[in-house]
Amino acid sequence: MEKGRQNKAFEKKETFPICLRTSHLDDSASLKTYLDIGGYQQIQRILREKISPEKLIEEIKISGLRGRGGAGFPTGIKWSFIQNDSPGTKYIVCNSDEGEPGTFKDREIIKNNPHQIIEGMTIAAYIMGAQVGYNYIHGEIWEEYESFENALAEAKKANFLGKSICGFNFDFELFAFHGYGAYICGEETALIESIEGKKGQPRFKPPFPATYGIYGRPTNVNNTETYASIPWIIQNGGESFANIGVENSGGTKIFSVSGHVENPGNYEIPLGMPFNELLELAGGVWKGRTLKAVIPGGPSTPVLPASEIMKTTLDYDGLKNAGSSVGAGSLIVMDDTTCMVSTLKRLSYFFYEESCGQCTPCREGTGWVYRVIKRIVEGKGKPEDMELLQDVSQKISGRTICALGDAAAVPVLSFIKYFKSEFEYFIKNGKSMVAKTHD
Amino acid sequence: MLTKKTIQKIDKELKKFPDDQKQSAIIAALQIIQTENGFLTNDLIAMAADYLDMPKIAAMEVATFYNMFELKPAGKYKISICTNISCALRDADDIVCHLKKKLKIDFNEVTKDKKFSLKESECMGACGGAPLMTVNNQKMYEYLTPQKVDQILEELDS
Repeated sequence: MEKGRQNKAFEKKETFPICLRTSHLDDSASLKTYLDIGGYQQIQRILREKISPEKLIEEIKISGLRGRGGAGFPTGIKWSFIQNDSPGTKYIVCNSDEGEPGTFKDREIIKNNPHQIIEGMTIAAYIMGAQVGYNYIHGEIWEEYESFENALAEAKKANFLGKSICGFNFDFELFAFHGYGAYICGEETALIESIEGKKGQPRFKPPFPATYGIYGRPTNVNNTETYASIPWIIQNGGESFANIGVENSGGTKIFSVSGHVENPGNYEIPLGMPFNELLELAGGVWKGRTLKAVIPGGPSTPVLPASEIMKTTLDYDGLKNAGSSVGAGSLIVMDDTTCMVSTLKRLSYFFYEESCGQCTPCREGTGWVYRVIKRIVEGKGKPEDMELLQDVSQKISGRTICALGDAAAVPVLSFIKYFKSEFEYFIKNGKSMVAKTHD
Repeated sequence: MLTKKTIQKIDKELKKFPDDQKQSAIIAALQIIQTENGFLTNDLIAMAADYLDMPKIAAMEVATFYNMFELKPAGKYKISICTNISCALRDADDIVCHLKKKLKIDFNEVTKDKKFSLKESECMGACGGAPLMTVNNQKMYEYLTPQKVDQILEELDS
């Protein structure tokens, strides 16, 4: 990402960059830069003072940190699932397989602040008694994969990774792993299958990765942003982090803003910021146009019309009350020239293309949904199609091993809920209600 | 036969995994082979499987599951362009039309001189720079305009 085109939020004093705190610095990704801002001091302090894992987990619980990959599960609770002193190998996995359309925050953390991910993962390994870690990086961001390899080499050379880290009695090996084009591998058990060298098809849960993960060993999987938040929380205390956000939504969150705004980019903001303030940071709707709709957390989260999102705050409760979700913070902005029918067609094609094929409702249902929307966009829609779309979507939802099936239903149901007249118009007239179609 | 250079690279990847879990390196191994050969043949996939002591069919499953693998000859420069929502909203379709017209090929085709091939891609995770494309799965080009595309093609062609 080009400097200056983003991180406007950073320049404002009321924001607290944590994961992107090096983005504005020269040579942002280097070990030297990270050491200059106090990097790797927390893992050393933990090892030197022999701070107990329980105490660290308590601090993370106080911080209110929730999984930043989309599920929003409280991190402190998750990290207490793995018994620190159980025998045998345990794994720490970072999920940087960022494929949810509209999400590009992990890429920037890897690009500009890789050592903070490494330190966060090392602290996680100490807490859960893990010896080996992998950072699974989206195959399409190859340059970031290579730069993360460089960061690992730097950290190993300086003994922040490997045997006897910083001279203390603690070993942790960390490796980079690249995907090669499969959205489903962002699902944690599909990702584990992929690390085992297989097709990325999700596993049935339970057993959960905490008991049966990579090679059947206990494994903790978290998102990149989650790990990158850890060193700051340990340094400043859970309460400081919680105080940045609002109730039930501690800390900062990176929102990846894309689509019809003047300045697309990553904005790390305190949770609880009103949507209109973030829109302003991103330069507003482009070309002076009017806001039509926003997908707040990636296509797996329901779309909201302008009237709803404009009165919403960006935090877990705020978006939940508005009928959507924070998701991965992938905020996709659509102006008034956007045809919702053809936009839905593209999203439905995505879920159809990326369904792993394992569960019949998803494999067949996503194709069915796509074909029906396609015929509407081709002017061959039938009056009963809207009902059919909703019916098929509802029958995928809740009937699959993983959440991709549920996710595929979300845009269909929410687009029709809020933009029903546009679908009716398209079916009746064989053309879009808005001037320009993005088809 | 896998070249010595290829094997050295695969061996480096194998160091990331336990000795009895060589299969974990299959995605990396196929990536390395594809980067050297341009695309994967059944024979090459079988060689990778043999080298990692895994069933050939399991390697074939991986090669067909992950969509950055090419199972047919690609151009010297494989262009993958994202057409998903964030890119579509920033007029990726105009870039697609421009590329098709300029290269005189459709998606999944190779130019007559075998220099370029074109592929439609799902989200690449860099939507802030939309519209965008990658060349040979490794180099990403962001903030595309028809003029910028012309310049990139010219540089690659020279």
